[in-house]
Amino acid sequence: MSLISEGANVGAPGGAGLVDASLYEPSNAEVGDYIALLKPRVMSLVVFTALVGLAVAPGSIHPFEAFTALLCIAVGAGASGALNMWFDADIDALMTRTQRRPVPAGRVRPGEALAFGLTLSGFAVVVLGLMVNLLSAALLAFTIFFYAVIYTMWLKRSTPQNIVIGGAAGAFPPMIGWAAVTGTVSIESLLLFAIIFFWTPPHFWALAIYKKSDYGRAGVPMLPNVAGDAHTRLQILLYTLILVPLGIAPWALGYTSALYGAVAVATGAAMVALAVQVYREVSPADRACRHLFAFSILYLFLLYAVLLVDRGWGGLIAKVAA
Amino acid sequence: MDDKQTREGQKDPGGIVLTDAQKRAQRSRSIAIALALAALVVLFFIMTLVKGPGVLVRP
Repeated sequence: MSLISEGANVGAPGGAGLVDASLYEPSNAEVGDYIALLKPRVMSLVVFTALVGLAVAPGSIHPFEAFTALLCIAVGAGASGALNMWFDADIDALMTRTQRRPVPAGRVRPGEALAFGLTLSGFAVVVLGLMVNLLSAALLAFTIFFYAVIYTMWLKRSTPQNIVIGGAAGAFPPMIGWAAVTGTVSIESLLLFAIIFFWTPPHFWALAIYKKSDYGRAGVPMLPNVAGDAHTRLQILLYTLILVPLGIAPWALGYTSALYGAVAVATGAAMVALAVQVYREVSPADRACRHLFAFSILYLFLLYAVLLVDRGWGGLIAKVAA
Repeated sequence: MDDKQTREGQKDPGGIVLTDAQKRAQRSRSIAIALALAALVVLFFIMTLVKGPGVLVRP
């Protein structure tokens, strides 16, 4: 089965070679629609985690180079979002959470979203490679490819492990930030990657439980739809039990101060408590899942924010001073 | 006359005539592209000043 034919059309990929007359209609897309294609909320989280990776990395970087790196990472993340919205327009139209997006709502044509995503991807990777370093550019290119092709076109519609493997795409930005400064990948940056990687399943499965009907309508094989609520709740608990020690690891390995350790232990305990609540609550576990989903965002933000203050802030000032 | 063109814009012998909304959207998109290109020029210029001859070095 063609990957393209499963998703949105580029004009008309399933159109048997006919030229889509709508391609010649004037576009009604506003600038705001193109900004929406970039998924600004996701982009802000990506920029934040990349900033932390950049700030905690050893070594120095000129502030303007750091700004350029963050800009390229942000644009690359936005480009992935546009490519995702191009391909997923058919299922986005079926889900209440996504049906107002520019492509399913008809404000931006699929071909426009595809061209926008590809153009921005190219610019982001090339500029990062030319102005910062090649490793960070290669990591950014791989992240865009992983999210747009591996996750969106392949995993999302074919396996309930979609967000487990696909979560890697969201975990790469701090590594890219780290690589922008050091030109390398190290244990510490892998730890930053691992925290987001293992945070993704409990976060998204909590959402998937209370949005199960949405995903079911769109035919996306999320774990609750395929394996049921009880199994998903168990998986949420297991992944949380892996996540929390990883969250504490930067302190346990001596990379951070006790402040980070205290925050990681306290918020980790809260994550486990909420995951246990999700596990024990009789189906439907909507209320507990909503609590876990909301707290998981705060958890990740706090871990990275304290890391930034604890290790990154002084380092950032030193880097700027250097 | 094509139905879709009648709906979205009007076709005359000289080509497609844009509606006011389409003209506004096109103008705002053109301004956004111009600003993005200008920002790119400024980015390249400042980076060249910052890195000097090192701008050609790819670590």
